[in-house]
Amino acid sequence: MKKPTMKELLHASLLLLAASAFIASNAHSQVTPQRLLDSAKEPQNWLLYSGDYSGHRFSKLDQINASNASALVPKWAYQTMAGGKFETTPLVVDGILYATGQDDRAFALDAKSGRPIWQYQRALPADIRPCCGRVNRGVAILGDKVFFGTLDTHVIALDSKTGNVVWDATAFDYRKGYSITLAPLAIKNLVIVGVSGGEYGIRGFIDAYDAATGERKWRFYTVPGPGEPGHETWEADSWKIGGAPAWITGSYDPATNTTFWTTGNPSPSNRGEGRAGDNLYSNSLLALDPDTGKLKWYFQFTKHDEHDWDATQVPVMIDQGEKHLIAQANRNGFFYVIDRSTGKLVFSNPYAKVTWSTSKDAEGRPVSLKEASPTPEGSRVCPGAAGATNWMSPTYDPQTKLFYVTAREQCDIFSTAPQPYEEGHAYYGSAYFPNDDTAPFWGALRAIDPDTGKIKWEWKHPSPTWSGVLSTAGGVVFTGDAEGNFIALDAVTGKALWHFQCGASVYSSPMSFAIDGKQYVAVAAGSALFTFALP
Amino acid sequence: MPALNKSSKNGRPATTQRLTVHRSFWLAFLATIVFCLSAVQLSAQDTNPLANDPKASKLGEFQFRSNCAFCHGLGARGGGRGPDLTRAQKRHGNADNDLFRTINEGVPGTAMPPNGATQQGVGMTDTEIWQVIAYIRSVQVKAPAQPLGDAAHGKQLFFGTAACSTCHMIEGKGGRLGPDLTATGSARATDYLVDSVRNPSRRLAQGISEAMKEFSQEYETVKVETADGQKFVGVVLNEDHFTLQMLDLREQLHLFEKDKLRSYEKSRESLMPAYDQNMLSEKDLQDILAFLLSVGAR
Repeated sequence: MKKPTMKELLHASLLLLAASAFIASNAHSQVTPQRLLDSAKEPQNWLLYSGDYSGHRFSKLDQINASNASALVPKWAYQTMAGGKFETTPLVVDGILYATGQDDRAFALDAKSGRPIWQYQRALPADIRPCCGRVNRGVAILGDKVFFGTLDTHVIALDSKTGNVVWDATAFDYRKGYSITLAPLAIKNLVIVGVSGGEYGIRGFIDAYDAATGERKWRFYTVPGPGEPGHETWEADSWKIGGAPAWITGSYDPATNTTFWTTGNPSPSNRGEGRAGDNLYSNSLLALDPDTGKLKWYFQFTKHDEHDWDATQVPVMIDQGEKHLIAQANRNGFFYVIDRSTGKLVFSNPYAKVTWSTSKDAEGRPVSLKEASPTPEGSRVCPGAAGATNWMSPTYDPQTKLFYVTAREQCDIFSTAPQPYEEGHAYYGSAYFPNDDTAPFWGALRAIDPDTGKIKWEWKHPSPTWSGVLSTAGGVVFTGDAEGNFIALDAVTGKALWHFQCGASVYSSPMSFAIDGKQYVAVAAGSALFTFALP
Repeated sequence: MPALNKSSKNGRPATTQRLTVHRSFWLAFLATIVFCLSAVQLSAQDTNPLANDPKASKLGEFQFRSNCAFCHGLGARGGGRGPDLTRAQKRHGNADNDLFRTINEGVPGTAMPPNGATQQGVGMTDTEIWQVIAYIRSVQVKAPAQPLGDAAHGKQLFFGTAACSTCHMIEGKGGRLGPDLTATGSARATDYLVDSVRNPSRRLAQGISEAMKEFSQEYETVKVETADGQKFVGVVLNEDHFTLQMLDLREQLHLFEKDKLRSYEKSRESLMPAYDQNMLSEKDLQDILAFLLSVGAR
């Protein structure tokens, strides 16, 4: 064997170096299922819709704190140039920000400069008519792909470096009233989504797709079919159009391999006649096996709902010593703490004005008053149709041990009327109206002690807001308001530390990330995504 | 084979090819006609294609309840947020195609949004809009409303002894402390107008809807005292948690940061006096309403 020359040796070592560097960088840029499990180890990144699998929406970054938050300044803004509500929560992975926009836009930005890397927009059919805005709440990331659901009810995988479509799976026929607006949840090699469409008489479901191929691995119908347990909670054929959409991202407990998802209203939303029974699994918390989609247990917040009180609020996992819990501030006005091993209620307590219930059943669940049911002329009920809160994310801060939620103080007059079902058409069974109270509606950010359900402090909003909440290890809580302010509050006292006028109502939940040791906070408002940092 | 190829590129005799061309031309022509007809059928129609369909107005009522009643009230009788649509006279056109346009495109500069653009509900198909129009026609009174009062006298009162114009503008004349009433006659139900004169504090001008809360201009009363002890009373033009934009009784505009004020007090007790029977007789009130309706109808 000939002895290699110095030049050949150099070449070989350079090649080796390049190869190992390539492998290393590739391994780094690839978001493995393990990285998602260990998201707490990389607080500079925001790898999941709620920041981690527990639904906390808490950032371990502490550079921005209660004593320096007043110095925050805007760093960059990205304009989607689209109208309507901008509901996204971005993900950030190793300096790249991935988010979605109105009309099924998706984009990747240099998270430090705000400059676009790629931009994608789906060619949507002309005849989609999604309820409540042409919105999207974000992507999931796994491997070298980002995933999002579309208004025409597809699940799409985009190449994370180019935005090219890698696969496109049809979840359902959008003409029947289905759409997807939530950010998917990636678990292991699966991409899990749920559908919107509670306004159309759909039959809700949660799907899991193979992240590599787009092949559907399982579907869980949130309205049980004939022969399945729970089917008896529906009158006659009402289950076929029973609603129960699952339109907000779930959470995941790797310790028990359980994913928690929530569901929305039974259809039609304002009329119980014709669907006698509890209407499972509408307005419920579902514990599913992510590998199979099998139901482990369920907890129904509002039985036989007639007020559109979807339970589609991110389920927040809280651990207190040996107790493994899920907390939810529900749209119906009650704060619930549930044992997440068994699905049994620990307690429920109102966190906003409630007039629909004055008593509880043996298990501690609020029982609905008869007179709270909608009538043809209309009956006044609190909370109103948009609820005491809605889809905007709450946050749990493990340092203050407080649960922060956007509360809406608004009552409505609920009316009902018989309405024939027509496939793909709005199916409300009537409507709701603003009430004639002398006091106007208003809102608040409330800090709830999940041990007791008691409110520790509140920050008043002049009107109800649709902004979610972020907590951070710096002791600063971030939220937005309907008047366009993005606000930093002291997590312990609720005092305002800083605010910025975005120029449009905030309809999104903020997040935080870091690049080169600098912490940023990002929020979508109007048609712009804003980022802030210390100077 | 080569000969056949010479006569026709695709192997068919030339005459057949010409026939094919003709046939596809006619098919395309027919398709265009059918397409145009159906487009006309759906939206560019002058009159409601569903006018004679008895089921349409019933279906339209469902649509109306979920899409329109929030502002226009159950039964289309209007309220504090939207016009009474049972009136024969519609401000933005009475013809079917006017109503279609108003519903589908909204009315710029007003709270009436384009169809489906409220971001709160579902929106309607063309057919559903026609159903709503069928419903509106079914609840509409047959004859245009005849104002009960004397509009000319109402105008004198408005700009004279009743002193409405101290705070309200009509067509550019009058004060600024209350809402401009130029369009109010057509934009609000009559009983709402009466209530607003007799009991102005019962319901301050209501917010349109949550999405428009920022510019709802409810004319709430506000009293402030600045750090240097100046006191102002007036109406709120806009506010958020941190700032206040107000007009004082002398129509001076003030822009405040709330945390710099010594005191700040807002109330839903209107600055407008309640016009009881002694201040304004029933007849004079009817005259003023007639004036408002006559201006609103212009």
